[in-house]
Amino acid sequence: MTATTTAPARTGGLRGLYAGNARAVVGRGLLATRSTNYWVVLSGFFEPVFYLLSLGIGLGSFVGTVGTTAGGEVSYAAFIAPALLAVSAMNGAIYDSTWNVFFKMNFGKLYNGMLATSLGPLDVALGEISLALLRGAAYATGFMIVMQLLGLNLSWTAILALPAIVIIAFGFASLGMAITSYMKTFQQMDWIQFFMLPMFLFSATFYPITVYPEPIQWIIQALPLWHGVELVRGLTTGALSLALLGHLLYYVVMIAIGLVFTTRRLRALFLD
Amino acid sequence: MSPHPATLDCVPAPVITATSLVKKYKDFAAVDGLDFEVAPGESFGLLGPNGAGKSTTMRMVGAVSTRTSGTLSILGLDPDQHGPEIRSRLGVVPQQDNLDTELRARDNLIVYGRYFGLPRKQVEKRADELLAFAQLEDRAKAKVDDLSGGMKRRLTIARALINDPRILLLDEPTTGLDPQARHILWDRLFRLKEQGTTLVLTTHYMDEAEQLCDRLIVVDKGKIMAEGSPAELIRKHSSREVLEVRFGSDRNAVVAEQLHGSGERIEVLPDRILVYSDNGEAELERITSAGLQPMTSLVRRSSLEDVFLRLTGRSLIE
Ligand SMILES: Nc1ncnc2c1ncn2[C@@H]1O[C@H](COP(=O)(O)OP(=O)(O)OP(=O)(O)O)[C@@H](O)[C@H]1O
Ligand SMILES: [Mg+2]
Repeated sequence: MTATTTAPARTGGLRGLYAGNARAVVGRGLLATRSTNYWVVLSGFFEPVFYLLSLGIGLGSFVGTVGTTAGGEVSYAAFIAPALLAVSAMNGAIYDSTWNVFFKMNFGKLYNGMLATSLGPLDVALGEISLALLRGAAYATGFMIVMQLLGLNLSWTAILALPAIVIIAFGFASLGMAITSYMKTFQQMDWIQFFMLPMFLFSATFYPITVYPEPIQWIIQALPLWHGVELVRGLTTGALSLALLGHLLYYVVMIAIGLVFTTRRLRALFLD
Repeated sequence: MSPHPATLDCVPAPVITATSLVKKYKDFAAVDGLDFEVAPGESFGLLGPNGAGKSTTMRMVGAVSTRTSGTLSILGLDPDQHGPEIRSRLGVVPQQDNLDTELRARDNLIVYGRYFGLPRKQVEKRADELLAFAQLEDRAKAKVDDLSGGMKRRLTIARALINDPRILLLDEPTTGLDPQARHILWDRLFRLKEQGTTLVLTTHYMDEAEQLCDRLIVVDKGKIMAEGSPAELIRKHSSREVLEVRFGSDRNAVVAEQLHGSGERIEVLPDRILVYSDNGEAELERITSAGLQPMTSLVRRSSLEDVFLRLTGRSLIE
């Protein structure tokens, strides 16, 4: 039997996984969000805004200026605003790709239904991740407007932060869904939350990474949020450097890993 | 149409062919070597008790579960290599409804059609036709959770038809429905059958199998026990009539001793004794004239239930 399957399996590779129809999954998600509670959705947006107002404006009046990685000096508010912008994108992306996906995987039969059609697991993965990404991008765009109003976008390159945010949201959505697809209990889901909080606080969000001893810096630099913070900060403060490309690459890899694992997991769970 | 070569085989190729089909979960064989074929337009049934392997078989035919061994061909394609293509030509009604509870009834149909990559205009038109077919026009805007069990089932069937499938797979389409809801559903399925849709359905209701299936296999523990049309199976494995007598649960066993030799064969169940014979009334007279007074008695035609009992020594519904 194996002998007869080798040839078609090669051509069947991606064809069995992907029908090029992720937009149907996105369309379904947009239709379904019509019936969600908008207050829950909005609360995720306001969280980083409140941090910006209280810490950036309030605490900032005591701090003065802060040095960026690229060597410049900026006001404290302008220092943390890009970090919170990245957090905003992350929050939106994580909201959909973790809890929402967890419920669909474990308590609903949505993916069963989808995968009984000509959709493949990659369509479902891409569609659901895109949806999470959209929420992240929406949060972050709103946050960007707040920054503009407060005069915290210091350079014309800040406009490039918009596509950067989409990539950051894509990365978190992709990895978030991949990890969630392996989670079986609420407790395991709490671990994600438990991990997110320190990452939020320590990723050079509120002060430069140089305050840490070197080994700690390495750990922080291995985590995704730091790369997002540095990428966005470079763009909004106008401190461009080649390092930004490195941060971008980190996200490209993260997106790819997330997609691969989500697709594999969906296939194992629903097409076995 | 181009002219057919004179030698062309006129027997239509089967739409489903399974040989030595096996599905194992770890060491346990849920499906243990099934062989069957389904012809186009045929209405084919899998009849069997809980755990027989019906759903597992349906999932393999539906190209959402991979087989452990054997061969399987759906519309001429191997599901291992052509899953999405096969699924695009099937309609699936799973054992447990998996309607999208976040969407309204009509949106369920439209969104599902979009999963197949069908154009929106076309799906919208089709959705309205199918809502009418499922007698749910007035429920188009209803939330799924507000529908009754029978309505949900009809909506699931409507949804399965959104892509004009060549084959409709129905896993226990009427389990859990009240008799009236079942009859409405059977009526809808009859219509599909008349229109030439190939139906493959599982059930553990013998009356459903008798109503809907042209041909069926009786499955138990992942193996085929018998195959044929309902009438053939009954003719082959049971008598024309059955006399059911009850003597009270404590006396059934004792009386059964004295009944030996009655009819072609008797079957002693915990609550009643079945006497198989071509003339049930005559058997009843013989029993009463022998001085045995049953508490209740009933003469009926043999059914698939009796076939199953004969083949496995167990009832279909435990
Ligand atoms: N994913 C699975 N993992 C392990 N065992 C399974 C799995 N799915 C089914 N089985 C086992 O395979 C056997 C056949 O199950 P299946 O669902 O096919 O039966 P069925 O004929 O549809 O029964 P029912 O009438 O209850 O629906 C059962 O013993 C079941 O426990
Ligand atoms: Mg079943």
